[in-house]
Amino acid sequence: MWGFLARRLATILPTVLLVSMLIFGLQQLLPGDPAKILAGEEQDPQVIAYLRARLHLDEPLPVRYAYWMGGVLQGDLGESVRTQQAVLDLVIQKLPVTVELGLLAMLIALLIGVPSGIVCAVGRGGVWDTVANAFALWGLSTPNFWLGILMILLFSVQLGWLPASGYVSPFEDLRANLAAMIMPAFVLGNAIAAVLMRHTRSAMLQVLSSDYVRTARAKGLRETTVVLKHAFRNALTPIITLGALELGTLLSGAVLTEQVFSIPGFGKLIVDAVFNRDYAVVQGVVLITATTYITLNLLADLAAFAVNPRLRP
Amino acid sequence: MFHIKRSLIAVFCVSAAALSSAQTLRVGLAEDPDVLDPTLARTFVGRIVFSALCDKLVDVDEKLNLVPQLALSWQWSAENKTLTMKLRPGVTFHDGEKLDAAAVKFNLERHKTLAGSNRRGELAPLASVDVVDPLTVRLNLTAPFSPLLAALSDRAGMMVSPKAAQAGGANFGARPVCSGPYKFVERVAQDRMVLERYDGYWNKAEVHFQRIVYTPIIDATVRLANLKSGQLDIIERLAPSDVEKLQQDKRFKVSRITEIGYQGITINIGKSDQAQKNPLGRDARVREAFELSLDRQGLAQVVMDNEATVGNQWVAPNNPFYAKNMPLPKRDVAKARALLKEAGVPNPSFTLVAPTTSDAQRLALVVQAMTRDAGFDVKIQAAEFATSLNMADKGDFEAYVLAWSGRPDPDGNVFSFHGCKQPLNYAGYCDAQTDALLNESRTQRDPAERKKIYEKIAARVLKERPVIYLYHRNWLWAYNGKLSGVRGIPDGLLRVHGLKMAP
Repeated sequence: MWGFLARRLATILPTVLLVSMLIFGLQQLLPGDPAKILAGEEQDPQVIAYLRARLHLDEPLPVRYAYWMGGVLQGDLGESVRTQQAVLDLVIQKLPVTVELGLLAMLIALLIGVPSGIVCAVGRGGVWDTVANAFALWGLSTPNFWLGILMILLFSVQLGWLPASGYVSPFEDLRANLAAMIMPAFVLGNAIAAVLMRHTRSAMLQVLSSDYVRTARAKGLRETTVVLKHAFRNALTPIITLGALELGTLLSGAVLTEQVFSIPGFGKLIVDAVFNRDYAVVQGVVLITATTYITLNLLADLAAFAVNPRLRP
Repeated sequence: MFHIKRSLIAVFCVSAAALSSAQTLRVGLAEDPDVLDPTLARTFVGRIVFSALCDKLVDVDEKLNLVPQLALSWQWSAENKTLTMKLRPGVTFHDGEKLDAAAVKFNLERHKTLAGSNRRGELAPLASVDVVDPLTVRLNLTAPFSPLLAALSDRAGMMVSPKAAQAGGANFGARPVCSGPYKFVERVAQDRMVLERYDGYWNKAEVHFQRIVYTPIIDATVRLANLKSGQLDIIERLAPSDVEKLQQDKRFKVSRITEIGYQGITINIGKSDQAQKNPLGRDARVREAFELSLDRQGLAQVVMDNEATVGNQWVAPNNPFYAKNMPLPKRDVAKARALLKEAGVPNPSFTLVAPTTSDAQRLALVVQAMTRDAGFDVKIQAAEFATSLNMADKGDFEAYVLAWSGRPDPDGNVFSFHGCKQPLNYAGYCDAQTDALLNESRTQRDPAERKKIYEKIAARVLKERPVIYLYHRNWLWAYNGKLSGVRGIPDGLLRVHGLKMAP
C-alpha cells in the first residue's frame, strides 16, 4: 500500500512537468500574435513592440519556457497582461467557485444516478428500468447551454424563484449562494447522472448474476441486504473511477454552463484567456487543473482500495 | 445566546441587503473589461466603466459637441499650436488629492511616457505641458492637431491621482484612483466590478445611486433574462432581434442611438501580393460592381433587424463631417454586371473572411447571396477574432468583415485606416494625395474648412474602395422602466450623472 503510494507520487512530478511543457508548446500553435490581440483596437506599433518585449515573444521557445517555469517554481504563475491581476490571485478567486459548483453537480449526479442505476438493475426490464433509461437518454442528449437557458427562462424570468445568473459567496450569504448555484449544478449534474446511472446499472447487473450473490440469496438474506451490502459494494469500483474522472472534468471548468449562468469559474476564465491570447492565464489555469486531475485520479485509486480489498497490491 | 446573535446578524444582513439593492445600480456588460488604467486601457467596454470612475477634461454631448467636464474652458492660440485650458476649481481625486494643473501635467506626461501606453498615438503632436497657474495648463504642440480635444474627451483626457499612480506602479490598473463620481471598490474578474459614490465629487447633486455594480454577461439572451428577472437594472447591447418584443413590455425601456463607428468590408488592394492575384483587389471596377450589387437597406434589415443606419462613409450620414458630395449609391445589378463584363471577369470569385460572431456571420451570408445576382462567387471563411486580425495584418485575405467602434472626431475613423502604412490600414491603400489631405485635416480647426477637406478625401478614397462601408449600428441599451436619466450619447457609453430609480 505505502509502496504503491510512493510509486504513484513519484510519477506525478514528471507527469506535471510533461503537462506543463505540453501546455506551453501547444499554446504556441494558436494562430494570431498575442501582442497584437492584446494591443487592442488602436494597434499602436509601439504598444505591440512593448508587449512583445514584455512577453519575451522574440526569444526562442525554450527560453520563454524557462522564464515561465522559473516563476512557477517560485510560486509565481505570472500576471494577466489584459487585467494586470496576478494569475495566482485569479486562480484563488475562481477555484472555490469551480470546486463548489463541481461538488454540488457531483452530489446531484450521485443522488440521481446511483440509486436509479440500482433500481434499474434490480427491476431489470420493468417500468422503473424503462423510465430511468428514458431519463438517462434525455440527460445525455440535452445540450447543457440549451437546458440552462430554458431553466433561466422558466425559473427566473417566468416564475421569479431563482436568480438568473451570478454568484454570491457562501460565506457572504449561504441561501443566496445555493439559489444561484442550484440551476447550474443541476444542469451539469443531470448529464453526469445519466452516465452514472448507465454504469451503475451495468455494474450491478453483472454483480447480481454472480455466484456469491446467489449464495447470499440461498442463505435466505433479505433482498435489500443482498443488493446494498453484498452486490453494491462490489459494483462500486467502476462508479468511483468514473465519478473521479467526471469530477476532474467538472473541476477544469464547465465552459458553457458557466457562460450561461455567468458563474465566474475556471471555464470562463480559461476561454476568455484563450480568446484574448492571455497566455500566462491559460498556462497557470491549465497547470492547476492538470495537477488537480492527476491528484483526483490518485485519490480514486485509494478509494477503490478502501472498498475492494482484492485490488490492494 | 448564540442563536440570538445569529438571528440578529441575519436580520441586519437582510435589511442591509434590502437597503443596498435600492441604492445600487446594476449594469450588465457584454464583455469583461481589460485593465482599468486609462493610459493602458484598450477595450470599448472598459470605457463604459471609466465613464463612472474617471472624469475627463472634456466630454461630448448628444450631438457630439465638446462640453466642459474637468476643464471649464479652453482656448487655441492663433497658429493652433498651443491649447490653454482653465480647470474646474475644487476638484479632488478619490484619495483626497487635489486635481490641479500639476496633476494634469503629470497625467498627460504619463500618457506619453508610460511603457505600453495606448494613448501615445492620440497625443502624438503633444510636445510639452506647462503649468501656467494652479488652475491653468498649456499644451504645446509640435504641429496643429485638431483631433486633440476629441481625444481629451476619451481616455487621453482622464485624470488619475498622481500620488496613487506613483504608489501603484505597474499594478495601478488593479486599483485605479480617479476623480469621477464613483470610486473603485473591488473587481472580481469576469464576475463584477463594484464602484461606490465619491462623497467629495464636484457634481455630487447629480449622482443618485450609492453603488454601481457592473456584471459582464456575454450571452445577449442571458443578459436580457437578467434584466427581465430583475437581477439587473440596465444592460448594454440588447440583441436587435429582442427589441420589438421588449418594447411591448411596459416594464422596460429601450434607448437607441446611432454609433460613431461603422460596419464595413475591408478589401485587400495593396497589403500583400494577394491583392494583385484577385480581380477584386486588382481592379477598382470589380470593387465598384461589388458595391453596386449590395442592397445596404436589405443588409441592415436582415442582419440588424433594421437597428442600423445605412451609410457609405466612415461617419454616419447625420454626422456634420459626412461628405455630401459622395451620396449613398443605390443597388444596381445591371450596372454591376456591365462593369464586370468591362473588366473581363463576369464571375469573379474571392474569399470573405468573417469573425465568428453571429452578426458577422449573418452579414457574410447575406452579402454572399446578394452579390451572386451580379455574378460574384463569394466564399465565406469563418475565423475566430484573433486569427482573423492576424490574417488581416499579414495581408492574408481578399476581403474581411470588420467593424470599428468609432471615435468622436472623424480623424479617429479615417486617419489610421487610409493613411499609408498606418497600423489599421489593412487594405494596404496608399495614395500620396490622400495622405497630404489627411495631414491637412489635422491642422485645420475650422469645421467648415475641415469638412471641405473630408469631402476631397471621400472623393478619392470612396472611388478606390479599400473599405466598403455598409451601415452604422444602433447602440441599444435596455433598462428598467423606473430608471430615468438615461442619455443616448453617440459614443455608446452610459453616463451615470442624473440616473435615478423611481421607488
